[in-house]
Amino acid sequence: MAREGIDLSTVDAVRALEAGKYTAGFTTDIEQEFAPKGLSEDTVRFISAKKDEPQWMLDWRLEAFRRWQTMEEPSWAMVRYPPIDYQDATYYAAPKNAAKYKSLDEVDPEILETYKKLGIPLREQETLLGVAGAPRIAVDAVFDSVSVLTTFKKELAQAGVIFCSISEAVREHPDLVKKYLGSVVPTTDNFFATLNSAVFSDGSFVYVPQGVRCPMELSTYFRMNAQGSGQFERTLIIVDKGGHVSYLEGCTAPMREENQLHAAVVELVALEDAEIKYSTVQNWWPGDVDGKGGVYNFVTKRGDCRGARSRISWTQVETGSAITWKYPSCILRGDDSSGEFYSIAITNGRQQADTGSKMIHLGRNTKSRIISKGISAGRAQNTYRGLVSIHGKAANARNFTQCDSLLIGDKCGAHTIPYVEARNVSAKLEHEATTTKLSEDQLFYMRQRGIPEEEAVALLVNGFVREVLQQLPMEFAVEAQKLVAVSLEGSVG
Amino acid sequence: MLSVSDLHVSVGAAEILKGLTLSVPAGEVHAIMGPNGAGKSTLSYALTGREGYEATQGAVTLEGRDLLAMTPEERAAAGLFLSFQYPLEIPGVPTMTFLKAALNAQAKARGEPELGATEILKRVRARAGELRISAEMLKRPLNVGFSGGEKKRMEILQMMVLEPRFAILDETDSGLDIDALRIVADGVNALRAPDRAMLVITHYQRLLDYIRPDKVHVLVSGRIVDTGGPELALRLEKEGYDKYLAAA
Repeated sequence: MAREGIDLSTVDAVRALEAGKYTAGFTTDIEQEFAPKGLSEDTVRFISAKKDEPQWMLDWRLEAFRRWQTMEEPSWAMVRYPPIDYQDATYYAAPKNAAKYKSLDEVDPEILETYKKLGIPLREQETLLGVAGAPRIAVDAVFDSVSVLTTFKKELAQAGVIFCSISEAVREHPDLVKKYLGSVVPTTDNFFATLNSAVFSDGSFVYVPQGVRCPMELSTYFRMNAQGSGQFERTLIIVDKGGHVSYLEGCTAPMREENQLHAAVVELVALEDAEIKYSTVQNWWPGDVDGKGGVYNFVTKRGDCRGARSRISWTQVETGSAITWKYPSCILRGDDSSGEFYSIAITNGRQQADTGSKMIHLGRNTKSRIISKGISAGRAQNTYRGLVSIHGKAANARNFTQCDSLLIGDKCGAHTIPYVEARNVSAKLEHEATTTKLSEDQLFYMRQRGIPEEEAVALLVNGFVREVLQQLPMEFAVEAQKLVAVSLEGSVG
Repeated sequence: MLSVSDLHVSVGAAEILKGLTLSVPAGEVHAIMGPNGAGKSTLSYALTGREGYEATQGAVTLEGRDLLAMTPEERAAAGLFLSFQYPLEIPGVPTMTFLKAALNAQAKARGEPELGATEILKRVRARAGELRISAEMLKRPLNVGFSGGEKKRMEILQMMVLEPRFAILDETDSGLDIDALRIVADGVNALRAPDRAMLVITHYQRLLDYIRPDKVHVLVSGRIVDTGGPELALRLEKEGYDKYLAAA
């Protein structure tokens, strides 16, 4: 009956929400500080100086920037957009006086209000006092280019867990950062990752020491507020031998008429027997129904199962952004390591998504699993693109891939592009794919039973994505489910 | 209970129903028989409000309420049920979940309290037992991969659980073997009640051996051209529709 509970709570969620509203689309009116528009070595130096970075960090950025200038923007993805003028954007925007707040009391009330409106818990007291139902979630709140607050730092420190902004980590934990930054996604990796390496602003840093199970969920909420600015977050998570962490990121942005650029890099490192569960609920502004505005989301996410028996699991719910270009991947380096990718990608209106995963099997007895659910409505295009690569030494590697597409209406598209490379004969690979069209006939059938159209769509869609929603931490599953329903409002008829 | 007067219905440019008049009082079961293309399915879709089946003239009321002014889901909440000739597959939605959503949506629309999960489960299980539908089938997505006969039994299960005031059974006998036909007919007969009425649309007389109608109407070229008792069905089986077709 638990499953049905989830189904019906979606239906209630749909009822409770106003149709077709992007509820995160408001702007926060505060004084902000910007880098001068445009992109040059000076921009890189400006950002580095703003963050009080040591010389080695600046040098790392500059090297990336020089490299980037020689690179070409990739064009192989099934997404169409006008050329991006990289000089016509602002690469740093921060609330004024944003020396990191030490406690909640110091944070600009407008910013607090923003997170409150988005339903993001920043208060620690209730949880610390043991109030029933208070969420045990530590939050790093990133507002445009800076992290404004990280909660529960003290409690986490007692467990030996470091959870702070990447800017802080560069200053406070340089040895860890030097050792791991760029070790999974090198600065030379791809056009957008290299750009990020040059101008990355803020993001989260997590270190879980040997044998420690992180005592609470960690999460980062990214909020893009400033007009005409891009957000270039950088996240680095390292879990030492036998450690465990579950991490979630959430993303929202105001409704803007012009497109905003978001090029992030996330690197995960799991040492021997370590486990990382990384979940994303991405709800950047998708643009209006005619395709005006919206976030361009070019993201490089990769996890390295560096140690034997390590595990990395990616779960993503992608509902926002005008353009999504994103392939959370696992390098299965350690023997007996495993990687998982669970994805729900929803495109409506004029949204375009080209997303999937890469599973690179290097070690022996490595296992991977890809479950992708793509939903396309309106005039949207949704592409699954995936690579399963079995290297020569990866004896007994196994992969299971399932790609399901759901089409709502007849003006949208779904595409599945799986690549497979196997250089070891002992590999076992399975691939399943289905395409379902949600038809007027099905909707009429459900309405004849008394189920209103929006509820009918929610039920069908929920059934379609259930397998992936179940992978999310409970607190976020409900939120994600609402989001799934809301992003498809008005998609029928 | 159901009153249809001078109903004209067009699908695209073609007029399919051309002034159909029909009245089914509470407590009665009426059958509609007719040749292919007479407008039988059009009638069931027009009554339930399917898009593309446009009533251009005439009136339809259910217990005095104007059906034509309602959306399909409002008609369902008003007590109208259609057992589809070709039931749809609903992927990802288990039968039990589907029934719960339908029951509660209707209750909500009528301003009645929603039923608890346990109560619904009990009601569905009891009815499923009568139709020899296994508990395992109730957990599977509705109609997905079911045989034609299983789908028809699922239609009757839905009808028994939703307890409509007025049910239309569109070619419910097609695809059923004789045993399944008997099970389905028993289910339908169990629902006969003084405050409920039914319209059985069928090609063949066979079903009417099991579900005995109070009246039989002959639908030809979009109009009711003859009405009689159960014996009319037997005569049609023997003589066919030629006589009516020639007159039309």
